[in-house]
Amino acid sequence: MQDAKKQNKMNIEKGEEGTSYDINQRCLIIRLNEELDHHNAIRIREKADKLIDRYNIKHIIFDFSGAGFMDSAGIGVIMGRYRKVIFIGGKTAVANVNSAVDRIFRLSGLYKIIEKYDTVETALSIIQQN
Amino acid sequence: MTLEFESKSQNESFARTVVAAFATQLDPTIEELADIKTAVSEAVTNSIIHGYTDTIGTITMHCIIIGNELVVEVRDMGAGIENIEKAMEPLYTTRPELERSGMGFSFMEAFMDNLEVESEIGSGTLVRMSKKIGRSQRRNEYAQEAGQKA
Repeated sequence: MQDAKKQNKMNIEKGEEGTSYDINQRCLIIRLNEELDHHNAIRIREKADKLIDRYNIKHIIFDFSGAGFMDSAGIGVIMGRYRKVIFIGGKTAVANVNSAVDRIFRLSGLYKIIEKYDTVETALSIIQQN
Repeated sequence: MTLEFESKSQNESFARTVVAAFATQLDPTIEELADIKTAVSEAVTNSIIHGYTDTIGTITMHCIIIGNELVVEVRDMGAGIENIEKAMEPLYTTRPELERSGMGFSFMEAFMDNLEVESEIGSGTLVRMSKKIGRSQRRNEYAQEAGQKA
């Protein structure tokens, strides 16, 4: 982390609607700051896909610290991004998940394909080791 | 309680918040509130995406409390569901291009005690779901009591 300046680190956008996007090397961090329902999903997925293509993103971390609610639309958003990076060996992870969101992930079986970490920092360090 | 609103996606959050507020009189746990919000969100989103695909229509939401049970009805006058059984299958979706996961009805079934769907092509869909509130809280209390005795 002391080499932060050398790394390809940038804050892409403080989303006007709440969600912001950071890029750390080839990892896209999606910091959700709104409820992840169908209404918000459309905008988040468009923005994320643009960044994934433009910055050659390999891994994706969804930070749920600002998203206390999610429904099946959120499953769609995560599955869709997972499909975009899995072919190049990328990983998809979630962090800072509260108990309500965690139940949705468990019920949907999503933890079979994505990994859960306590914090974004932990997720980043483990993902980027590989 | 009856609420009518337009089938715009920004009303999804409004609808689930209203039902959650209505349900607070039953003194639900945080978990139960989350369950109700998710189920309502799924039903309302279905009406918006599938009921009124290319148009804006009216969604009517009706909530009553019977004893310790919350009953929620979500009704649209939209397209209707051709095959309810198929629509309720996990992972089945008619809108994969919208990245719909096909888990809407599964979540409604999982998070509520009871789910009924009535639909007719061209006249719309009614989703009725109910949930007894406070049960899990009592179950936890029983478990704690049992633990103390043991």
